[in-house]
Amino acid sequence: MEEKKKTWKELPEGDILEGGTSLQFKTGNWRSERPVHIPEKCIHCFICWISCPDGAVKVDEENGKFVGFDYDFCKGCGICAYECPKDAIKMVPETGEEK
Amino acid sequence: MKGTGRRVAKTANEAFAEAMRQIDPDVVAAYPITPATEIVQIFSQFVADGLVKTEFVAVESEHSAMSACIGASISGARAMTGTSSQGLALMWEMLYIAAALRLPIIMAVVNRALSAPINIHCDHSDTLGARDSGWIQIYSENVQETYDNVIQAVRIAEHPDVRLPVMVTTDGFILSHCLETIEMLTDEEVKEFIGEPPVRENLLKSLEENKPITIGALDLQDYYFEHKRQEAEAMKNALKVIPEIGKEFGEKFGRSYGFFEEYKLEDATVGIVVMGSTAGTGKDVVDELRKEGKKVGLLKIRVFRPFPFEEISKALSHLQVVGVMDRADGVNSYSGPVFPEICACLYDLEKRPKIVDFIYGLGGRDIRKEDIAGIFDGLLKIAETGKKEFNLKYIGVRE
Ligand code: SF4
Ligand code: SF4
Repeated sequence: MEEKKKTWKELPEGDILEGGTSLQFKTGNWRSERPVHIPEKCIHCFICWISCPDGAVKVDEENGKFVGFDYDFCKGCGICAYECPKDAIKMVPETGEEK
Repeated sequence: MKGTGRRVAKTANEAFAEAMRQIDPDVVAAYPITPATEIVQIFSQFVADGLVKTEFVAVESEHSAMSACIGASISGARAMTGTSSQGLALMWEMLYIAAALRLPIIMAVVNRALSAPINIHCDHSDTLGARDSGWIQIYSENVQETYDNVIQAVRIAEHPDVRLPVMVTTDGFILSHCLETIEMLTDEEVKEFIGEPPVRENLLKSLEENKPITIGALDLQDYYFEHKRQEAEAMKNALKVIPEIGKEFGEKFGRSYGFFEEYKLEDATVGIVVMGSTAGTGKDVVDELRKEGKKVGLLKIRVFRPFPFEEISKALSHLQVVGVMDRADGVNSYSGPVFPEICACLYDLEKRPKIVDFIYGLGGRDIRKEDIAGIFDGLLKIAETGKKEFNLKYIGVRE
């Protein structure tokens, strides 16, 4: 069903929104390549996590473990793969199929 | 009731600064530029002397000046600035943002020609270039109007149905640096007239409920248009609010203001449309020609944005010939910027006047009474013969 969008009379004035609305804007489909994790090589240094411009690397802070990528928001820029000191991330062409 | 009437000699720059002192805005962010420098220079002295509680931000450019005003205004502060010409040009992208975010910022603009060639004197190319930026534009004929317009601008900008930024203009050097005796309101009268800035509920809610807000977020195909439509409506609402406030100002202080002033226009056969200080010279010429029995009149535009389309159309509808005096060139092969707007508002009239454009006074070139008398003679000739031999004439340029 199509989302009911607000008319100009209903919208809050002057483009003022509650914070954090970018969570509703899934940018993952902009991706042409996706990062794929190679767990055997990973040393859980979190360099990918700190380098990702989109906050799309998920980590388990308590246990200090790399968890995975948030493909809803990962734009496939490849920075994580470039920065990873252990080549534990490879970029593969996006096929459009969910993995 | 009339104001207590303190008569003082002030230049328009001094009048701007005095009005700012009386308004006592929360934030002033500005960068100096001739001929507007004095406004904030004088005002910064008021800050140093403790006469205002304003946070004065001496920024590094006009782009930053407008950005700082936007930030201040978003947080609910009353923000003001002043500039001219290149300074206004450097603010360009922020002008649109201030208006679209519906921020009631007040800006004093001293009209000055845009470069190149570099020039510091008056024409209206700077503010007329910003005509579609979403700012309300109020032009002043003399120092008194400059002063009165700034005070009213605060109320117009902050009106809940409007909430748009306002630029009040004055003619560079012709007014900005020339002394005139004006009647100033007392500090208390100004305070009472402008009142406290209305609270913006959405900002307050955010603070009270400790809920962060995003302002000016990405707004693509599905919402941008609706926000622009809101802005357009606000500008339309200003058409209602501006004369109300001009009338209230008149009732309190004896000087009423509308969208424009009609000078001996009612029974005229030909008339000119002017903005700024040239209106004063034009009125003298009208008086002289009237003595010779010539039916001439003048319409001085005070409010150019919003454009009082229907009102101007009505005021000019009975004329046989209209001459628009444009103190800027559209560099478009046919006219200055004011001409097409006047044409547009006359177009649907059953019996529409003939209309011609005169570009004059670029870069501060003097406009003399003889020049304006010549314009009127040209209009009278068209009225007499019914023939228009030109659409556009340059006045005062060496041919
Ligand atoms: S940068 Fe490489 S090694 Fe470090 S956590 Fe990320 S994937 Fe693992
Ligand atoms: S490809 Fe880019 S956006 Fe995606 S996880 Fe790596 S760094 Fe982040």
